[in-house]
Amino acid sequence: MPQPLDYLKETPSQTAGPYVHIGLAPGAAGFSIFRQELGQVIAGPDTKGERIRVEGVVLDGTGAPVKDVLLEVWQADSAGIYPHPEDPRHAECSADFRGWGRIITDFDSGQWMVETVKPGSVMGRNGRRMAPHLNLWIVARGINLGLQTRMYFEDEDNAADPVLNLIEQVDRRQTLLARKLAPGHYRFDIRLQGEGETVFLDV
Amino acid sequence: MKPAEFYQRDRLWHPPALAQDYKTSVPRSPRLALLSLEGSLSEITGPTFGHNDIDPIDNDLIRNYAKTGDPVGERIIVHGRVLDENGRPVPKTLVEIWQANASGRYRHKKDGYLGALDPNFGGCGRTLTDENGYYYFRTVKPGAYPWRNWVNNWRPAHIHVSVFGSAFSQRLITQMYFEGDPLIRQCPIVNTIPDPRAIDQLIAPLDMNAAIPLDCLAYKFDIVLRGRRSTLFENRLEGN
Ligand SMILES: [Fe+3]
Repeated sequence: MPQPLDYLKETPSQTAGPYVHIGLAPGAAGFSIFRQELGQVIAGPDTKGERIRVEGVVLDGTGAPVKDVLLEVWQADSAGIYPHPEDPRHAECSADFRGWGRIITDFDSGQWMVETVKPGSVMGRNGRRMAPHLNLWIVARGINLGLQTRMYFEDEDNAADPVLNLIEQVDRRQTLLARKLAPGHYRFDIRLQGEGETVFLDV
Repeated sequence: MKPAEFYQRDRLWHPPALAQDYKTSVPRSPRLALLSLEGSLSEITGPTFGHNDIDPIDNDLIRNYAKTGDPVGERIIVHGRVLDENGRPVPKTLVEIWQANASGRYRHKKDGYLGALDPNFGGCGRTLTDENGYYYFRTVKPGAYPWRNWVNNWRPAHIHVSVFGSAFSQRLITQMYFEGDPLIRQCPIVNTIPDPRAIDQLIAPLDMNAAIPLDCLAYKFDIVLRGRRSTLFENRLEGN
């Protein structure tokens, strides 16, 4: 018998359920408990860069809005730097740039909106730069394991992006592109299933 | 230390997106294959948290919403360690929990269950793991509650748990169950997990060593996040 491998198994995921807001955004659940809720400001006033607003909705396989979804954003700053010790340039990030935020929907319509700065391009693997993008993580009742995806911008040069170019069906690449509605204002709808299904990532 | 990738997620250990017996997953599960990516800076980084973000009382659900006294219910400590698949502690990571009160009722404007709200119980808490990956909460044991799926489905007593780790690709939400609860094996949400050993990993044992005599019982719940390679001979993440 060989030696046994002694790795632990990752804790299995379970759905966040319909009441995820109690834990992650209690104000949205209808009460106030903590001195401050986390994830409300991605980029503070001292953060440089183009201020943008993104709105959207998450749709299920029948085309209905998912009203109890919660999204998290993780992004680089306008210079393409993540505020994390493994980014070699992280010390250059503004102190009030968090890079992370939580998005809550309107419970009646499922519409959501987030304000941040437009990220810069980020160095990818093997020296291939990635076009500006937001990393998104999506949880809700009925989602058994958080879904990962990326949001790119239709008004950026995405032609050489190494992730978009991995999507074999070229038409599906546009499911990751936010539409520009006006300067600094974008729309990004996510389709969980069916026609126009968003490309989700196994990262 | 140079960046290295995380181990591939074992998607046979996690629940699949589509689980017919958990009806809400049917319209909310992607049908097309996920796009598998090797880790880049976008995946191996993630938000960081510090003691400025939270208050010491945030991990005490018996006191953090108390208005007129303590909440009703069985007083418990929930504690454990956050580790990675290599068995290394994950320090200073944010752990957030939420749960129903002892009647099985959530403090959420969308929960209309008959169980009574408890004026002294909010039902959420958060903490940072220490340098050894250790965390603890004090709370009351949540009640079981019914939910619309089949006509007579009841959730076993559970606490929802959210963990970050050091990278966005380690992000995880799960649920902790309690040893000995007969509702666990009947629950369609629990049973979205195909492997019974993986279900066992979500069941916290009663931990009498951590119980406080004449005060509260304790349950131990260790959480394992994805591990990462430490050999760096090839597959450079950085440019040049
Ligand atoms: Fe629950």
